Amino acid sequence: MPDTVVIIINGRPHQVAEQSTVAAALLTVGETLFRTSVSGQGRGPLCGMGICMECRVEIDGVPARLSCQTPVRSGMEVRTGG
Amino acid sequence: MGELRREIFDIVIIGAGPAGMAAAATACAAGAHAALVDDNGYAGGQIWRRANNARHGKSVLATRWINHLQRSAAGSGGLARLQQTRVVGMPRANVLLAESERGALEIHYDKLILATGARELFLPFPGWTHPRVMGAGGLQSLVKSGLPIVGRRVIVAGSGPLLLAVANYLRHAGAIVPLIAEQAHSAEILRFAAGLARTPAKLLQAALLRGGLIGTRYCADAWPLRAQESGGRLSVTLQIGKRRRVETADYLACGFGLVANVELAALAGCKFARPGCVAVDDCQETSVKHVFAAGELTGIGGVEKAIVEGQIAGLAAAGRTTQTARLFGNRDAALAFTARLEKAFTLRPELKTLAGPDEIICRCEDVTLGQLTIGDGDQTFHSLHDAKLHTRCGMGPCQGRICGPAVAFITGAENDLRIRPPILPARVATLAADGGA
Ligand SMILES: Cc1cc2nc3c(=O)[nH]c(=O)nc-3n(C[C@H](O)[C@H](O)[C@H](O)COP(=O)(O)OP(=O)(O)OC[C@H]3O[C@@H](n4cnc5c(N)ncnc54)[C@H](O)[C@@H]3O)c2cc1C
Ligand code: FES
Repeated sequence: MPDTVVIIINGRPHQVAEQSTVAAALLTVGETLFRTSVSGQGRGPLCGMGICMECRVEIDGVPARLSCQTPVRSGMEVRTGG
Repeated sequence: MGELRREIFDIVIIGAGPAGMAAAATACAAGAHAALVDDNGYAGGQIWRRANNARHGKSVLATRWINHLQRSAAGSGGLARLQQTRVVGMPRANVLLAESERGALEIHYDKLILATGARELFLPFPGWTHPRVMGAGGLQSLVKSGLPIVGRRVIVAGSGPLLLAVANYLRHAGAIVPLIAEQAHSAEILRFAAGLARTPAKLLQAALLRGGLIGTRYCADAWPLRAQESGGRLSVTLQIGKRRRVETADYLACGFGLVANVELAALAGCKFARPGCVAVDDCQETSVKHVFAAGELTGIGGVEKAIVEGQIAGLAAAGRTTQTARLFGNRDAALAFTARLEKAFTLRPELKTLAGPDEIICRCEDVTLGQLTIGDGDQTFHSLHDAKLHTRCGMGPCQGRICGPAVAFITGAENDLRIRPPILPARVATLAADGGA
């Protein structure tokens, strides 16, 4: 296991690889529903490169951050489903 | 108005993919004071994304250009690297508006080289919005950025050589890839493969890929019909030739080729040779004087084309026009390959009707395909601009980057989503600082 950090996902701590983005970390722990679309569908990352905006989550209280473009940081709090 | 940082350069290159890296290194070697701007935290663009810490098969080409770039940054003229910096507008002539974690920034230039690359084309089919359905390059980039894929079953589908590269990468990373569904006609694929002999580097690449892909079926005349949830996994129905086949998978990685990121070029007023393809002269200069374009922007042609066009643009922007001619032969070969690529992987019309009227086309605003139909018949909006005015299609945060090319393909409508700055969602502070560019 490479170096890990602990981040808080929906209120619960998870150990994730230090060298990963928030999107990769969420999928790794089995979280596939990143955001809720305007008609109520669960959505997750599509493009992986900061274009589609499907991977938006709340990070440290800031809504709609692109999880595919954001590296994890120890203690980071992530909320999905918004 | 807030504080606005300002930086001034002879040459500014937007995009640190192969094209931008080659342009930057070449311009610096010619003595220019240049800056290389990219919204990622590392150079390499899509193909060499994280080449520095890649777990597998670091490419010789990538290493060579990353070293060139590092030498340029350390050299006398000096190359400024503006990383995690996104260009969001062009408020005045010779000025770019950009933003980074440190806030807004104005970047002034004499010459501009656009090397903004490409993104994947996504087409709607039933289930394409399911969270386990991703881009082919999309899933690859998630794996490169830390997603473990060992033992996961992935169906790779869509079109283009990228599917092979992705399948190969995923296999090396430990995924099970039972099949690649390529929509192109098998006769075209065979013709294309035979033509590869004319480009030795490509031939080598193809052979390497084949070696890594034993155990994966490569099916031409194949495309996804539907993806649906099935006990926490995906059930994917594929059309393969005349048959249908259902596969269970953890992910469907699906992209139908690439479309260039032409938004900044459009904003700069550059003329297009055809939709999605910026027109350039022998020196890679666009219709706008002192604005150059290189790489996928001038036609989707892969890494070799990106590098040679970047070198030519870098030389020309640095005033070494006479030295460009020696590179024309390489570029001609790359352009010939580009043309063969386009012909072999032309999208088949069947793909236009995979999604029914209830399928979502605009994922940001959840506009359905049916909503794009006006009157009682099959008539659709003639242009995306029209569609946007009437349905909110293309109004969401991706600004039509995903639905625009899809609608254009399906309906034949003109992809004329008017580009207005900011071209990417910018922080309010950036715009305020610039007086609302
Ligand atoms: C998702 C994806 C995966 C790919 N994977 C492979 C692969 O595995 N193998 C392969 O052979 N080819 C791959 N390709 C194709 C490959 O990208 C091209 O062959 C080649 O790298 C293009 O080089 P480029 O320099 O033109 O563009 P790119 O490599 O796309 O580089 C463009 C750069 O510009 C940046 N940029 C764009 N707009 C802005 C802006 N406004 N502000 C700041 N920066 C900006 C982008 O973030 C990017 O880093 C992939 C393409 C995509 C889209
Ligand atoms: S996955 Fe598309 S923006 Fe993050």
